[in-house]
Amino acid sequence: QGYEDWLRHKADNEVNGAPVYVVRSGGLVKTRSKNIRVGDIVRVAKDETFPVDLVLLSSDRVDGSCHVTTASLDGETNLKTHVAVPETAVLQSVANLDKLVAVIECQQPEADLYRFVGRITVSQQAEEIVRPLGPESLLLRGARLKNTKEIFGVAVYTGMETKMALNYKSKSQKRSAVEKSMNSFLIIYLIILLFEAILSTILKYAWQAEKKWDEPWYNEKTEHERNSSKILRFISDFLAFLVLYNFIIPISLYVTVEMQKFLGSFFIGWDLDLYHEETNQRAQVNTSDLNEELGQVEYVFTDKTGTLTENEMQFRECSINGIKYQEVNGKLTPEGFSEDSPDGNRHKEELFLKAVCLCHTVQINADQTDGADGPWHANGIASPLEYYASSPDEKALVEAASRVGVIFTGTSGDSMEVKSLGKPERYKLLHVLEFDPNRRRMSVIVESPSGEKLLFTKGAESSILPRSKSGEIDKTRIHVDEFALKGLRTLCVAYRRFTPEEYQEIGKRLHEARTALQQREERLADVFNFIERDLELLGATGVEDKLQEKVQETIEALRLAGIKVWVLTGDKHETAVSVSLSCGHFHRTMNILELVQHKSDSTCAEQLRQLAKRIKEDHVIQHGLVVDGTSLSLALREHEKLFMEVCKNCSAVLCCRMAPLQKAKVVRLLKTSPEKPITLAIGDGANDVSMIQEAHVGIGIMGKEGRQAVRNSDYAIARFKFLSKLLFVHGHFYYIRIATLVQYFFYKNVCFITPQFLYQFFCLFSQQTLYDSVYLTLYNICFTSLPVLIYSLFEQHVHPHVLQSKPVLYRDISKNAHLGFKPFLYWTTLGFFHAFVFFYGSYLLMGEDTSLLGNGQMFGNWTFGTLVFTVMVITVTMKMALETHFWTWINHFVTWGSIVFYFIFSLFYGGIIWPFLHTQDMYFVFVQLLSSGSAWFAIILIVVACLFLDVVKKVLYRHLQPTSTEKAQ
Amino acid sequence: IDYTGTEPSSPCNKCLNVSWDSTPPCTCTINFTLEHSFESNVFMYYGLSNFYQNHRRYVKSRDDSQLNGDNSSLLNPSKECEPYRTNEDKPIAPCGAIANSMFNDTLKLYRIDNDTRTPITLIKKGIAWWTDKNVKFRNPTGDGNNLTALFQGTTKPVNWPKPVYMLDSEPDNNGFINEDFIVWMRTAALPTFRKLYRLIERKNNLQPTLQAGQYSLDITYNYPVHSFDGRKRMILSTISWMGGKNPFLGIAYITVGSICFFLGVVLLIIHHKYGNRNTSADIPN
Repeated sequence: QGYEDWLRHKADNEVNGAPVYVVRSGGLVKTRSKNIRVGDIVRVAKDETFPVDLVLLSSDRVDGSCHVTTASLDGETNLKTHVAVPETAVLQSVANLDKLVAVIECQQPEADLYRFVGRITVSQQAEEIVRPLGPESLLLRGARLKNTKEIFGVAVYTGMETKMALNYKSKSQKRSAVEKSMNSFLIIYLIILLFEAILSTILKYAWQAEKKWDEPWYNEKTEHERNSSKILRFISDFLAFLVLYNFIIPISLYVTVEMQKFLGSFFIGWDLDLYHEETNQRAQVNTSDLNEELGQVEYVFTDKTGTLTENEMQFRECSINGIKYQEVNGKLTPEGFSEDSPDGNRHKEELFLKAVCLCHTVQINADQTDGADGPWHANGIASPLEYYASSPDEKALVEAASRVGVIFTGTSGDSMEVKSLGKPERYKLLHVLEFDPNRRRMSVIVESPSGEKLLFTKGAESSILPRSKSGEIDKTRIHVDEFALKGLRTLCVAYRRFTPEEYQEIGKRLHEARTALQQREERLADVFNFIERDLELLGATGVEDKLQEKVQETIEALRLAGIKVWVLTGDKHETAVSVSLSCGHFHRTMNILELVQHKSDSTCAEQLRQLAKRIKEDHVIQHGLVVDGTSLSLALREHEKLFMEVCKNCSAVLCCRMAPLQKAKVVRLLKTSPEKPITLAIGDGANDVSMIQEAHVGIGIMGKEGRQAVRNSDYAIARFKFLSKLLFVHGHFYYIRIATLVQYFFYKNVCFITPQFLYQFFCLFSQQTLYDSVYLTLYNICFTSLPVLIYSLFEQHVHPHVLQSKPVLYRDISKNAHLGFKPFLYWTTLGFFHAFVFFYGSYLLMGEDTSLLGNGQMFGNWTFGTLVFTVMVITVTMKMALETHFWTWINHFVTWGSIVFYFIFSLFYGGIIWPFLHTQDMYFVFVQLLSSGSAWFAIILIVVACLFLDVVKKVLYRHLQPTSTEKAQ
Repeated sequence: IDYTGTEPSSPCNKCLNVSWDSTPPCTCTINFTLEHSFESNVFMYYGLSNFYQNHRRYVKSRDDSQLNGDNSSLLNPSKECEPYRTNEDKPIAPCGAIANSMFNDTLKLYRIDNDTRTPITLIKKGIAWWTDKNVKFRNPTGDGNNLTALFQGTTKPVNWPKPVYMLDSEPDNNGFINEDFIVWMRTAALPTFRKLYRLIERKNNLQPTLQAGQYSLDITYNYPVHSFDGRKRMILSTISWMGGKNPFLGIAYITVGSICFFLGVVLLIIHHKYGNRNTSADIPN
């Protein structure tokens, strides 16, 4: 653990020590990011992340705007435009900034990423100008500057006060369920210990009531003992018994468990199946404490973007004028019939592509358009242009269009440049009718080079098709449905030609609406509605947010393993559902229940009740639930129970429009529900961090959105599909290993100390130890520690391939099955049983008080103890061997090595008069014991008697009620 | 043979309440009959019961370095020996409760043949572990071999009639290396124990070591056990290479063996019956 904390510390240092440039005393000073104080003016260059929350003062652009991507904050990959207030925007140099005198007032730090209220008071020539500041001028820490050479900003929130940090949950110590049950076992053992000690003390005094036992003539007490007070003696006796029996509490268990976890976690990193070649990334373990928790997961919360998907949109298919096309090698190939496409269609095709090219808000990375135009022209194949878009769909579409031959080369002023089949064309951009979620479409009005005024509209099919007047509406509708079935995200494209009169009217109405002071939004919507009608349908597109490989299989496997999968995403409802469908999270056959867009408490409750009823009515079909952020917060606030009930009955849940903290809240809700299921959260962006930290097990995907998630996760993997191996193979193994380790430790300590307890009955409860003190100490350290440690590192009770191909086996270990009360009872009973056999076996041998040696000489108490101890070491080691299914040479080495070591050590220990030891009790005891034939026979007999019943039990259970894991072995 | 003498009829009954320093010592004689002759070497044990040699206070009440001949420990015994560490300001050698309570009955065996008592030679060497006698226990070293001088400055244990250097007449069996003493110093594991007392060697191959017939045991009864309900016994036994006759191992081996066999058969049947089902069930998976 210390090692892991150190690694974390190193990573933190990297961030804190990152160099930044701060304007101080008229110059640019390089400093470390941890030294930034509130009020410092910070310079950030292109592609750098902001070290703190900044209020934008100026950028290298005249209008003081800049673009940032907040991909690592909320998972949205689009560029956002932030603007500075005009008074400061002109201050583009360090010198100018140094003269700036301004006061920024802002609210207390708050977790909401999209809210910021403040004002800036700029003093300019004795005149104070007050400007409001909103979220559009706040640059959040963790976001990345794009498209802008450099900006200056004032640090307003630093360190833990930044919005990103506020969205983190403090890293709390995560404890695994195994540790918890381990602790409860310890308490049981503590009770056993106290019970034994109290019983012994009481019996001791019962026995000592008579003087002839307490103090016979041959064994008198010292004056001091006689004079000490009764209570004091009682307490000291009790403590002496505690000391005598304390080995029943396996202290070394903690050490061994820590070692096992630490060493064992290397296996995840070494696993080549978890190695991702393309990115050269292995799995990474940050918290080895939770290895076994991977075998206990009941709920998986997964982020969508970047986790399930590659976060890469790709154009797949389109339908133009009722004909389906597929993109093959940079060409659109019509489906069904080829070569006989009429010229009319050719024309439509071009129009369609142009529409796709024009109707968007895509921007081009300025650097690339400047210089890369020439070489690209020569190649003429693929576009090296770097597009940035607020919607990855648009980006994909534009890219696809450029591959096919209609290339968007950029905007200049109020016109857009398009290269269509090599010919540059210039369209004048007249109006943009922005996208909004209610209309679910966006439009542009352009003037073509030939002077025509055209409207291009793009949007969801539900909003475009009813408004279309002509075009192959029916066929397109069929195609759109087909696309959706394939899991593609669909958009419809339509256009409208304006006559000059129409255009003038539109222009007038638009202007009116835009400048309206009251009810501007309503009026705008009206105008938009007026404009976007009588459309001529061009076609539809199908874009695929490329799923990561094997996502579907993984989710299916998780479900087979009895794990419930929840998808939590910041995406909008439709996208989320379509991706869920395509990744197999939702089935076609599933009855999908929706709980979305509830603004008020009562409707939400009503809906919940209805859903609960529907679920009750219909048991046959599986249900899937879709919830969005606002409804969820309503549901959680008042109707937590009802909501939980609905959720539990759904086999798949999808939450969309979630804020980072909301994700964590959902996780916590489930975590604290009565069944206390083990949760796992997996995500790749900074927006998943709080969820990752909240869940029992947090997994970070090493994706494109920075390393935030990875840094805060417990495990990091490169791809979602690795989850199945991580859980089904590693999780399963670790759980089995640690469970057996824990149980075995308790068992072996029961075996160890119970003979001591039994011996007290034969020595007047005088606290005489049965074993020599050196044996007492070394038992847990040397004689029995290694085999179980090696077992807990290497055990593979089932072949990994079997585990992975049969996720059902995961159910066998769910709910902490191997550390439940029954297995614990079994092991403890076994321990007591073995202890009884050791002790009474030896007792019968020795107690018959005949000589065991060929020369008639007798053994003493130490020989008796050594006999018990020898039998015990062998039995306990062999018991471990019985549990082992996977034998490596190391297992052989340590198992037999432990026994051999015990013998060699004992020979050595008993072979010398140790000058520094106080007593020489053990001198030659072991050799004498081994020189007795009976002792040898007794050792073999007792070991066999102990283990045989165990073997029988195992075989019987295997044959009579085999678990599915055993069947698979 | 029990010679504690708790029963009034026992010849040793008169000695029941002896104390350590009774002079002259109480003696008694017990007659007994051997039904079978003992062919090979015979081992003579004394056995005590209800005697807790394994009591913690007792077990640790010794000083191994003193017994190993360490001169400084001889005059300054370990604290563990309390309350048997010093007597009248002189260190006790050997100190401790174990040594102090050493068994001091003397047993003599006679064969009664037509009313004549022929004493049987009892060998007193070879009853202690070789390593104990030669390595672990050593007399203090010094000038000369006079044990009396070497133990100068020490006093005898309270309960002993004679000091340690007068345990035996032979020099290689005297002092700390007296074998009776060494045997006693090896504390027993259980409250009922026996310790090897003497060996009776077979003289020639023609006649058994002890013939069947009448014997008598002369006891110099010094050791009081009545106060703690103890019993004293004398045991004669022969021994094989595995040690004395011990029914436990035999019985246990037979029991465990037969259980193993029985369960093995049961398992075989089960395996036969269910094994097929399992394999066939696995194939469709």
